[in-house]
Amino acid sequence: MEHVGLIPVIAFYLFATLTVAAGAITILARNPVHSVLWLIVAFFNAAGLMVLAGAEFIAMLLVIVYVGAVAVLFLFVVMMLDIDFAELRAGFIKNFPLGMVLAVVLLAELLMGVGAYQTGGLKLGTADGTAVAAAGASNIEAIGMLLYSKYLFLFEAAGIILLVAMIGAIVLTHRERGGVRGQNIAKQVARRPEDATVNMQPEVGKGVQL
Amino acid sequence: MDLTHSLRLVAPEELLSVVGLALLLVSAWAGGARAARAVTWIAVAVLAACAVLVVPALSGVAPADASAFGGLYAADAFSAYAKVLIYVAAGASLLVAPAFFEKAGAMRAEYPILVLFAALGMGIMVSAQNLMTLYIGLELNSLAAYVLAAFLKTDERSAEAGLKYFVLGALASGILLFGMSLTYGFTGTTSYAGIAAALQGGMAKGALFGLTFVLAGLAFKASAVPFHMWTPDVYEGAPTPVTAFFASAPKVAALGLTMRVALEAFAPQAAAWQQIVTFAAIASIVVGALGAIGQGNIKRLLAYSSINNVGFVLIGLATATPQGASAMLVYLAIYVAMTVGGFVAVLMLKDADGNQVEQIADIAGLSHTRPLIAAGLAMVMFSLAGIPPLFGFWGKFVVFQAAVQAGMVPLAALGIAASVIGAFYYLKVVKVMYFDDAAGKVTGASDMTHSVLLAASALFISPLGYLLTRCLGSIAQTAAAVLFHAA
Repeated sequence: MEHVGLIPVIAFYLFATLTVAAGAITILARNPVHSVLWLIVAFFNAAGLMVLAGAEFIAMLLVIVYVGAVAVLFLFVVMMLDIDFAELRAGFIKNFPLGMVLAVVLLAELLMGVGAYQTGGLKLGTADGTAVAAAGASNIEAIGMLLYSKYLFLFEAAGIILLVAMIGAIVLTHRERGGVRGQNIAKQVARRPEDATVNMQPEVGKGVQL
Repeated sequence: MDLTHSLRLVAPEELLSVVGLALLLVSAWAGGARAARAVTWIAVAVLAACAVLVVPALSGVAPADASAFGGLYAADAFSAYAKVLIYVAAGASLLVAPAFFEKAGAMRAEYPILVLFAALGMGIMVSAQNLMTLYIGLELNSLAAYVLAAFLKTDERSAEAGLKYFVLGALASGILLFGMSLTYGFTGTTSYAGIAAALQGGMAKGALFGLTFVLAGLAFKASAVPFHMWTPDVYEGAPTPVTAFFASAPKVAALGLTMRVALEAFAPQAAAWQQIVTFAAIASIVVGALGAIGQGNIKRLLAYSSINNVGFVLIGLATATPQGASAMLVYLAIYVAMTVGGFVAVLMLKDADGNQVEQIADIAGLSHTRPLIAAGLAMVMFSLAGIPPLFGFWGKFVVFQAAVQAGMVPLAALGIAASVIGAFYYLKVVKVMYFDDAAGKVTGASDMTHSVLLAASALFISPLGYLLTRCLGSIAQTAAAVLFHAA
């Protein structure tokens, strides 16, 4: 264990406590919009933890992707869908014992897994060293270097996957609607005053011709 | 790593993605059914060009020359063989599409584009030399497939098929990823060669779990029992050209992928996966044969038939020998021809208004009203049943031969027994068409491309196909040998 100063330790406990607390409020809040907002707080604190761990790229991703996109998406969904969350929660007490049993089982698995690992009962493989970062590179540089050289092919192919997802979303939701009046700028610009207006000299008492 | 060399090896993938992107722009600006038809033809031409591009690799490539991007991807004889089948099957499912979708008023240029991207993903799947490449290719193919299943969005059955496929497919992907991460954790690498090296001495329990989960995920994609439940529903609900696609190209890709994972990555621990594959093979054959008996819808019948066929292919894998692998490849080629023929014949069954006829009872007496379609469908059915003069028999023969040579006589015997059960429902369709009183439903005119495709596949599965056995066998042997070069 390397020696760490007091400030990082304080920062760690601050971020960790806030993450756990915000997570707890996320599931306890009555109003789903509040839940999403508390989730964002949890994301920010988790990002702080990542900075402390030296993974500034993941911290950035958490803020940009999770807070910027995913949480906003959640907010949209929560606000747009008319879900009665109180009703959803009504089943909570009924299923509480089952939930507790599952939680205990998961906790036991976790403890056994960690225990087995600590005592050397799990023989994990040793990394083959294909993805070693260049010495002295920050982790953004290291990830970029791997993504754009060694894993270029996979990176590009993953881009095509996203494109296919986008095509799919449009194919499945786009509808040709009749009667839509789109703006035709060329037509608007090409229109001359004489096409649109006429000079008339209506005679008195005869009315106007339309 | 020589980047230019790598880029040259992935030429089919580059061509497919560049043309796919260009066609996407074309369809965005010049939408409409006529543009869609043009895009379809261009897409078919590109698939043909890609198939030609990979043909030189069929005669064998040195492993060092075939490996691209530092061992992520291989353009060897095996991948070339699978890619030719995939591109041909994808092209066929494009050719049959315009006539079908135009009737439904839903012909859009996105259909050929999605098929192109799916073919791209399948090409990556069969060329994968690394679990990450495998997953990327698989997801690319699956994502396009989910959309294709729901392509007729106004049709409830199609939307249902798309949703079912998506939910179950996502679950299977999760299982696969879980298995892959366990494998990575216990071997320390994601490359096939690295995994094989790490498993040389013995296998940790965790890696065994990983192997099991990986095989379960892949069995879902190939619709092998016990992960086959989605197949009949999705095949029935999806638009028929899409079903023809699902039953042919992705099966080749998924089975090719399974062969690569089993015979390259997990080769040192063959005994561990052989029992899993053996079980899946027997269960698929039996469930496929028994499940088909009660079906009234011909698309569901063909879905069970495809499950049944996957079982026969897996017999070849269960042997874990080069003969078995080469038999699988021969079987897959014949299977693709039979499946395409079968679904094209189904597409040609239309009533007087041009609506599709899918119930088996409605094609009674087809031989009187449309004798040529009846003859084509009968040939496909006889061939699927494996009745000797037709080429389908050869596929079953080589697979059983490989099983017997590997000393798995009980497996071969079970397979033969189950194929007798299977013959029952195949022959029932023939009996309905030829000997029942005419229902007089199928009277609609057929599209020219459909007739040509049906004739082509009927020619391939006719006894004339046996002229190809020698050349097909030797190509398959070269391709299968690739998987064993490390061992």
